[in-house]
Amino acid sequence: MTDRPIDPDVDLHVPAQRTEPLRQVLPVIAAGGALGALARYAAQVALPAGPADFPWATFLVNVSGCLLMGVLMVVITEVRRAHRLVRPFLGVGVLGGYTTFSTYAVDVQRTIAEGAPVTGLLYLAGTLAAALAAVTAGMWLTRRAAALTRTGAR
Amino acid sequence: MTVVLIVLGAAVGAPLRYLADRAVQARHDTVFPWGTLTVNVAGSALLGFLAGLPAGDGVMALLGTGFCGALTTYSTLGYETVRLVEEGARFHAVANAAASVVAGLGAASCGLALAQTMT
Repeated sequence: MTDRPIDPDVDLHVPAQRTEPLRQVLPVIAAGGALGALARYAAQVALPAGPADFPWATFLVNVSGCLLMGVLMVVITEVRRAHRLVRPFLGVGVLGGYTTFSTYAVDVQRTIAEGAPVTGLLYLAGTLAAALAAVTAGMWLTRRAAALTRTGAR
Repeated sequence: MTVVLIVLGAAVGAPLRYLADRAVQARHDTVFPWGTLTVNVAGSALLGFLAGLPAGDGVMALLGTGFCGALTTYSTLGYETVRLVEEGARFHAVANAAASVVAGLGAASCGLALAQTMT
């Protein structure tokens, strides 16, 4: 096991995260979470979906949030030392508040119940596949960019 | 008003995810991300319940879009699943993705059914 976290929200295998001061971390997460949730709400207002429609807004929010999580975590765990409140604010707060699992689960259930099982199953599998691909792409692109920057600086 | 309710709900939901994750990890020292799975399943059950009532617009903004939306997360689920693959824990990665989807959908359906029996 490396010292890089598995769980980006908090991973107690990482010594620095075991002793994070909650009095600083929690308000920062709350502020980030509120911003992320508002951005998700804005997307849902901009791209409304009926009960049996493919929920494009939530799909795009979750996939873009996964891409950004891949970028963020590589930057702060592999590329440079970040301020200790960067992960709580951007990762746990903004991206955690922006993406949502509960809306995904309820929307899958609803599209199927509304008589659109194909849409529901496509949404179910499509979000999972696209989310994992987006995290992988975000991590890969950031590692490539960091490697190119290092070569360029030499 | 909707915006204020979403902000309030999310400002509680996101820190609660962090605290719940810490609490679960402090009790179970494994690489499997039980903490994230726990908040995602709990948030799905609550949102299913609210959808089944169905809750009014204000309650939905505060507890649905705000609280449940920020309590649960897809970016964490996605990142930890990819990291488990990187660490060679392929079984854990597949189990995490599968368990999240199955338990999340099951929890949402249970929440919905419970609300429907109450109304």
